[in-house]
Amino acid sequence: MPFSLLKYGLRARHVSFGDIPPTPDLKRSYDVVIIGGGGHGLAAAYYLSNVHGISNVAVLEKGHLAGGNTARNTTTIRSNYMTEESVRFYKEGVELFETMSRDLGFNVMFSQRGQLTLAHSEATLRSFHLRAEMGKHMGTRIEVVDVQTVKELCPHLNLDLGGQHEVMGGLWHADGGTARHDAVAWGYAKHASARGVEIHQRTEVTGFEHAGDRLTHVRTNRGTIAAGQVLQAVGGLNGQVAAMAGIRLPIRCFPLQAMVTQPLKPFLDILVSSANLHTYLVQSSRGEVVIGGGSDPYQLASTRSTLDQKEHLAEGALHLFPFLHKVKLLRQWAGITDMTPDYSPIMGASPLQNYWLDCGWGTWGFKATPVAGKRMAETIATGRVPDVLKPFDLRRFDSFALLNEMGATAASH
Amino acid sequence: MKLLTCPVNGPRNITEFQYLGPVRAASAEQPEQLIEALFYAENPLGVMREWWRHTPSNTVLIAERHTVSDQILATYLPHRKPA
Repeated sequence: MPFSLLKYGLRARHVSFGDIPPTPDLKRSYDVVIIGGGGHGLAAAYYLSNVHGISNVAVLEKGHLAGGNTARNTTTIRSNYMTEESVRFYKEGVELFETMSRDLGFNVMFSQRGQLTLAHSEATLRSFHLRAEMGKHMGTRIEVVDVQTVKELCPHLNLDLGGQHEVMGGLWHADGGTARHDAVAWGYAKHASARGVEIHQRTEVTGFEHAGDRLTHVRTNRGTIAAGQVLQAVGGLNGQVAAMAGIRLPIRCFPLQAMVTQPLKPFLDILVSSANLHTYLVQSSRGEVVIGGGSDPYQLASTRSTLDQKEHLAEGALHLFPFLHKVKLLRQWAGITDMTPDYSPIMGASPLQNYWLDCGWGTWGFKATPVAGKRMAETIATGRVPDVLKPFDLRRFDSFALLNEMGATAASH
Repeated sequence: MKLLTCPVNGPRNITEFQYLGPVRAASAEQPEQLIEALFYAENPLGVMREWWRHTPSNTVLIAERHTVSDQILATYLPHRKPA
C-alpha cells in the first residue's frame, strides 16, 4: 500500500476514481434485497458478496448512502455490556473493528483508546462490578478502577471531590474506541459493489407483495422488483417499513442529540462517559470535542434539536471539564433511536419466511455494524440463525425472555 | 422554549411537564392483550394521544401531538375531550 501510494503520488496525471459506482437501473429480480443503505445494510451486502458468494444483491436506500443514523451516531465502539448474550455479540463486533482497515484496505481510523465510565454513586459502582465480572468472564479487557486510577487515566477530569457529583470510581474498558463512521460504510460499499452488489440511492420502498407467508416483490418509487430474500435494516424507520410487511415491532422512537465543539489541542485521549450525568465526551482526531448522550424526554420521529437538551449536555460536559466553558459549539444534530423494551436489538427471523430483521438499534447500533452485517449475511446465506443472534429474536417478547440490558449507554433511559 | 398548554394552568414551559407515554389501546388487565400492553407501545408517524403530567400542580392531562412535526394540537383533562 505505501509504495503504490508513493507511485501514485509521483505520477504526472492522476486518474480520478470513485469508490461507489453511480446508481444503475433496477433489474427485475434479485436474490437478496437489502432495505437500508446504512452501515448495517452495507456490511450485510459486503459479507453476502465477499464471503458467501451471493452477488445478485440490491441495496435500496431512500436518501443517500449512509446518510441516516450511520452519519449521526457518535462512533463509540465497546463491549462493556451487562448480559452474557450482549457481551458475546458486541465483543465480536469490537474484534471485527480491530482488523477492519486491513480487511477492507480502507482506513476506517479505528482508534482503540479505551473507555472510562464514571460512577458518582455506590449504586453505580455496584453495577460496574457486575459488568466488569461479566466482561472478564467473556474475555474482554475491563476492570473497576479507583479514583486515583481515574485521575491517572484522565488528569484533566474534575473529580468534584466533596461536591454533588463526586467521582467514586470508574469502569475502565481498554477495548473501547472510535472509528470513522462514514469510512466504515464506504469501505463496505466499495467492496460490495466491486463484487456486483447494486447500490440504489434515492430508492424508497413503498410496499410489498405477499404470497402466503413469503414476500415476493418489493415495490419502490423506481419500480417493482422480485426478491428471493429481504433484509430490513432501516434505522429510525423500522416500525414503518415492518408495518408495510405486516409485522409489528416493539419499538418506540426517541431522538438522541449530540454536538461538537471547535477544535482544541489534544487533551483527552480516552472516551469519558458518565451515566449519572447522561453525558459522554470524546475528542476527535481533529481536536473537536464530541459531546453526546441527550435522549429526548418524549417520543418523536424527527431529527430536530432542542435548546433544553443541548444545555443539559453542556452542563454535564462542564461538570466533568469546567475549562470547556469558553469553548464554542461548531455543530449539533440529532438521530432517531429505536428503543426496545429491553435495550437490546431485534435480529433474525420475522413472521415471514424470507424476511429478515436487523432493527431495534437504540443507542447501540454503530458499534454493531460489522458483527450485525456478518451474522445477518450468514443467516440469509444459510437460512439458519447463528447461535450468537438467537437471544435477539423478535419472539423473545412473546415468551418473556427479555435480555435486561441496562449497560446500554450514558444516554438517559 | 416550547410551550404546552395545561388545561388548568394555561400555557407553560414544556420542561414543567413529565411525559407519561402514549394512551394505550391494549390493556394489561386483559390476559390476551398483556404482551401487546407491556411491549408493543404506540409509535406512529403522525398524531398520537399521550399522557402528560404538569408536575408543580400534579395535573394529569392528555395531549394530542404530531410525532414528526412535534406540534401539539390539543390538550385536555382525561375524559373531557372538547367536541
